[in-house]
Amino acid sequence: MHSFGYRANSLLTFAVTILAFMCAIVSFSFSNQTPSAQIQILNINWFQKQPHGNDEVSLTLNITADLQSLFTWNTKQVFAFVAAEYKTSKNSLNQVSLWDAIIPEKEHAKFWIQISNKYRFIDQGYNLRRKDFNLTLHWHVMPKTGKMFADKIVMSGYSLPDAYR
Amino acid sequence: MGLVGETVDSIKSIQIRQLLTQAIRLGMIVTSALIIWKALICVTGSDSLVVVVLSESMEPGFQRGDILFLHMSKDPIRAGEIVVFNIDGRDIPIVHRVIMVHERENTGEVDVLTKGDNNPEDDRLLYAKGQLWLNRHHIMGRAVGFLPYVGWVTIIMTEKPIIKYILIGTLGLLVISSKD
Repeated sequence: MHSFGYRANSLLTFAVTILAFMCAIVSFSFSNQTPSAQIQILNINWFQKQPHGNDEVSLTLNITADLQSLFTWNTKQVFAFVAAEYKTSKNSLNQVSLWDAIIPEKEHAKFWIQISNKYRFIDQGYNLRRKDFNLTLHWHVMPKTGKMFADKIVMSGYSLPDAYR
Repeated sequence: MGLVGETVDSIKSIQIRQLLTQAIRLGMIVTSALIIWKALICVTGSDSLVVVVLSESMEPGFQRGDILFLHMSKDPIRAGEIVVFNIDGRDIPIVHRVIMVHERENTGEVDVLTKGDNNPEDDRLLYAKGQLWLNRHHIMGRAVGFLPYVGWVTIIMTEKPIIKYILIGTLGLLVISSKD
């Protein structure tokens, strides 16, 4: 009853249980999160209908964001991406990711970047002419341990031209 | 040497009844673990409760050997979610992020494209021949929680099965030789 093995076993079980409990409750410590972002479309580079029938557009975007308030001691990285959201007659929701980045540290979380879309903006069909769409900046906080959480900012009011160019 | 001597003595002095009690006790522990496992699968709605990350395609967020907790709800699949899916014909599930969603107006069916964070290209190369999109029935769950390093135990046991046998053998010996 008092052998070394028995004591070591009890101690180890207790330690692992406490560790698991700590890993679990760490997910419930939310801090004040006030991220902000702005996206501008600087230019529509080109807007074509592909040979197999789908519309494709290439944009140059100007993205400004401050995601520093998302970083806590438990944050391993923040994955941020910009997606275009729009509705067509066939699909009630389309989301197309245009750009993403991995932010490993708080210092890199306040940034300004001007790029053309990293991923191709292709529709299922040819519905993009004169289309109004939202640009959303999503972030996904990946912790060192525990629950991951994600949220987004929706910016509306963007639209594509009437004709191909 | 004393420990081995003790073990041999205790094996010699074992009676049938005691052995059966031990066996039943062991069976109870295994069964209750199984019950908890299956109940958690019911609660989270996904076929497997956890997956172990096997590749580096989601680095630096998920490293090889990390464990992901899955949850599957009826909520629609949206861009940015990390999903676990099976490709027809392959048995290893893949954990990647959704980058494109097209959801049908009336039926609510959805076409989804995924990509690993660390991969240069999207996953169309990984899908079955001719498959351009994933649908809801391919997806086993969403990753909602994360525990680092714990999955290495599974990886080691899969890649070097001899360790699995050694572990089970040692545990069996310990159970038999304990006098409780």
